[in-house]
Amino acid sequence: MQAIVKNGPLNLTHLKRGESGVLDRLELPEDDARRLMELGFVPGHTVTSAHQAPGGDPRVFRVDGSEVALRRETAQHLILRS
Amino acid sequence: MAECHDASVGTIPASAGAANRVVALIGPPNAGKSSLFNRLTGLRQKVANFPGVTVEHHLGRVQLASGREVTAIDLPGIYSLQPRTDDERVTHDVLMGKMDGLPRPDAVLLVLDSTNLARHLVLAAPVLALGLPTLVVLNMADDLAKRGGGVDIIALGAQLGAPVAMTSANRGEGVDKVLQFLEGATVSPHPVAAKVQLPVLQDIPRCREWAANIGAKGKYRPPAPPLWTRRLDGVFLHPVAGPLVFALVVLAVFQAIFSWATPLMDGVSKIIEASGMWLGTQITNPMLKSLLIDGIWSGVGSVLVFLPQILLLFFFIGILEDSGYLARAALIADRTMARFGLQGKSFIPLLSAYACAVPAIMATRTIENKRDRIATILIAPFMTCSARLPVYALVINAFIPDRPLLGPLLSSRTAMMLGLYLLGFVAAILTARVLKSTVLKSARSPFVLEMPPYRWPTVQSIVLRLLDRSKVFLRRAGTVILGIAVVLWILSSLPLQNGQAPQIAQSFIGQIGHFVEPLIRPLGFNWKIGIGLITSLAAREVIVGTLGTIYGIEGTPETVGLQQALQSDLTLGGAVALLVFFAFAMQCMSTSAVVRRETGSWKWPAIQWAYMTSMAYGCAFLANRLVSLWWS
Repeated sequence: MQAIVKNGPLNLTHLKRGESGVLDRLELPEDDARRLMELGFVPGHTVTSAHQAPGGDPRVFRVDGSEVALRRETAQHLILRS
Repeated sequence: MAECHDASVGTIPASAGAANRVVALIGPPNAGKSSLFNRLTGLRQKVANFPGVTVEHHLGRVQLASGREVTAIDLPGIYSLQPRTDDERVTHDVLMGKMDGLPRPDAVLLVLDSTNLARHLVLAAPVLALGLPTLVVLNMADDLAKRGGGVDIIALGAQLGAPVAMTSANRGEGVDKVLQFLEGATVSPHPVAAKVQLPVLQDIPRCREWAANIGAKGKYRPPAPPLWTRRLDGVFLHPVAGPLVFALVVLAVFQAIFSWATPLMDGVSKIIEASGMWLGTQITNPMLKSLLIDGIWSGVGSVLVFLPQILLLFFFIGILEDSGYLARAALIADRTMARFGLQGKSFIPLLSAYACAVPAIMATRTIENKRDRIATILIAPFMTCSARLPVYALVINAFIPDRPLLGPLLSSRTAMMLGLYLLGFVAAILTARVLKSTVLKSARSPFVLEMPPYRWPTVQSIVLRLLDRSKVFLRRAGTVILGIAVVLWILSSLPLQNGQAPQIAQSFIGQIGHFVEPLIRPLGFNWKIGIGLITSLAAREVIVGTLGTIYGIEGTPETVGLQQALQSDLTLGGAVALLVFFAFAMQCMSTSAVVRRETGSWKWPAIQWAYMTSMAYGCAFLANRLVSLWWS
């Protein structure tokens, strides 16, 4: 999935629809990170990009058996394992 | 404590008084906790608010086979017991016995979604660590089985050190096992297994690992992905079809609350009218008759008329929410709402506000971000609620000649009405922008929206929801509105002149009208409109009835007599100013009361009232001036 080499690490917004990646870390304030982890965004888990709202933002991600929508501004702080 | 450690579940809770045992239902959102609660309690439930916080909970009585009754509390949906949000704090305090007026629960029903067990089991750790007799309820068992998943509840129970039951609460399956548990757990403390390793929920990854481990030992097989949900999302979240469906849904809701509700509302108003007439024939004392019929009956009746519309609105919101579509709608609306500093979850409350701001403000509870929620609450009353309709109809019919603008499609009156709707909407979004870039600027907390699988809404849950809302609404009509109706009647019937009720101009209310006249003169209003404005501070539509009383004409917007009376008393400028005033002013005590309840203080309703009323005054003044200049 890391076909294109980008500057810096890949994050959730780089996933195209249907692509998956393994979550490495959440670069967010502790409370926000904790809230996302409670919903399944735990480092080491596989995240799949699913549907999108019109315009491509927010996007739905499949993680740990559920589907959660995040805005781009949040998803870009969820870094994938390279 | 950032590590997992041992915690004993073996503590035996001090047994409470034999009479009233309490069981608490806890679980993550969307686990079907409320369906189980509805199954257990049926109609024997009520909504209550915890003191000091804006968290709503349900209390109900469960009838056990032995004939005993147990009190059940349905607590808010949570993912952890860390007291960070209001919901979590309330759940934490209730479970620790720290909530005023509520004894510590004697037992706990931990309701988890069996189709998402590994993740939901994370909550089991802190809950079981409390040491209360706990039944772990794995709900949505039918879904799990259908999608090829499974779990060994004996093995899982052994791992958790607590009994486990499978239920499908929306079909009522497995509820008997829950009742059996309640029978035992609330008589004598349930024997708990010796010692189980439980992590403390600080380090989520480790707790998630613990949950996965427990799940594996409980032979948990996760179900296949929900096929139907994927298929439906293929349509509902399709780049083209999705927004189309969304627009259709919004239109249907609109159509329902305006067109379909009309015959029902007419029916209610006929019933009120007929029963008032009948009541009139039964009472001989003219004073009492006037108080009952002109005061109470027509005052309360003018509000009761809106009940069918509000119920219809809640019926649709209920179906949208229970089916899972509401989350999709919020997703689609998010980008547009974000432009005004709001978010997707604000959309449905604002749509509801077109019927009535009161249910809309209650519907903002789904918005976790406190500032977004307050912003939504503050702008909701700008949306053109149905109480404004009779006023708009009266003034437009009296002053705007009916001319076709776009052939048969759009007449001048319809255009005026649409313009007023647009005016309210524009005021709302501009206010939102101002608020969100100043006083309510958020520390950006992430927008997170869970997409639950689609489910069939159950009749029981919808009916209970409607009953709930009717009770809230009727209580309001029976207290606030009733009180105002009585006060108004007294003020307009006193002081007595020669033992007779006075002419309206000489009554107390007439004197008040004359007193405020200098203040509203610049808007083009005279003292009679002034009385109408004062009475409409209670509820907007009251002005129609008040003007009817003042002019001595039965007050309905269709009445030609009332329109003619208005034409002789208002200039065109004054009429437009009146419309603009009603578009912006915060004339609804019920809304202020509900804003106070939902925000926890009088600060926000006071700011809202002052802001909206001054905006109404300023804009009405401008409208009067501009129209007067234009037309003279």
